[in-house]
Amino acid sequence: MIAALRCVIVRDLRLAARRSSDVLTVVLFFVIVVSLFPLGIGPEPKLLRTVAPGVLWVAALLASMLALGRVFAADHADGTLEQMMLGATPLGLVVAAKVFAHWLISGLPLVLISPVLALQFDLSQELLGVLALSLALGTPVLSLIGAIGAALTLGLRGAGTLLSLLVLPLYVPVLVIGAGAAEAAASGLGGHAQLLLLGAMLIFAGAFAPWAAAVALRISVE
Amino acid sequence: MEKALEAVDLHCARGERTLFDGLSFTLKGGELLRIGGPNGSGKTSLLRIACGLLEPNRGEVRWGGENVRKLKEEYWVRLLYIGHANALKDDLTASENLAVACALAGVVADERRISGALDNLGLAGRENLPARVLSQGQRRRVALARLALGAGAPLWVLDEPFTALDAAAIECVQGLISGHVSRGGGVLYTTHYEASIGAAVSRRIDLAGS
Repeated sequence: MIAALRCVIVRDLRLAARRSSDVLTVVLFFVIVVSLFPLGIGPEPKLLRTVAPGVLWVAALLASMLALGRVFAADHADGTLEQMMLGATPLGLVVAAKVFAHWLISGLPLVLISPVLALQFDLSQELLGVLALSLALGTPVLSLIGAIGAALTLGLRGAGTLLSLLVLPLYVPVLVIGAGAAEAAASGLGGHAQLLLLGAMLIFAGAFAPWAAAVALRISVE
Repeated sequence: MEKALEAVDLHCARGERTLFDGLSFTLKGGELLRIGGPNGSGKTSLLRIACGLLEPNRGEVRWGGENVRKLKEEYWVRLLYIGHANALKDDLTASENLAVACALAGVVADERRISGALDNLGLAGRENLPARVLSQGQRRRVALARLALGAGAPLWVLDEPFTALDAAAIECVQGLISGHVSRGGGVLYTTHYEASIGAAVSRRIDLAGS
């Protein structure tokens, strides 16, 4: 079972490495959106410091949504998904492995470059850390919730639009709390409460979302 | 095959159309069951129902007396399904594709066995080519190479295994199937090709279509 899960993760990473343009699109989108804000708003350090967490979080949310459609689509089209369903490993665990790989490809790069991008907003070093940490806890939650939406809309026409409509309301609490962490830290409150909440959300989503997505996949494939 | 596959009073409708109704059969170890019928008569749907991928509108499929949709993984480890789609990734090589398929199915296969299985299907020397550059028939061979490693699964469900294959490959696959049946496995398959597979018990069910 462990071998199967490791195999799924390695396979998805290998596929991403051989088709790196998909990964770069997401990262580039994130970089462009975040970089355009300071240019558009103008050089006002105080204002930039205020909007920074929100801008980074919204950009990360949109970037992760951009990649969402691809979580299951290719496997569905070429029949691999059926083999996963008929495999020896419970589908929920396979989905969890796929979502983890998807986060490594489309979420982790955003977390890693976010401190660099946040420099454009004149954030203090301490805030950079809190912001990156909030993204590190929050983007996997986005991937997990998004996987349910991607599974539900699999194979539908106009799946992209429907997917965003489905998952956006569920993304909002993550966004509010995630961006709130850095804001609270900036105002001297520390932001621990928000980070703990994000951690709780991650545990909750990690435990339940893969199973919900697995059920949705079985319905979509029928 | 220690347990029998039973289909009991299956009814399947896609949209408004009834594909089949009141269909029952039993498949025991050492038996070969071919599903025939024109295009669109529900052969693939029947195989997908037999695998537990699709829920029939009425009736159930049982493995050793228990509904396969309840048994889940317990049934699926005993099953080897090769569908219409080859389940290959264009960007992975033939041997990587086969290794992934084996890992998902819970079959332990090292590199030597994997390249042996590919050799078996006449893909020697092409193990390290990406699936993208393989021809349609070669891609089918990669998918079918699982049969050469599939002795652990007693029940094989094959959807049009001979499509796009040349005469040599068809003979090889027929050999694998008859070998499996003679070892006491059961095979449920569809094909439009008049295959000659050696088996002690070989039956055929024709779906009428409408």
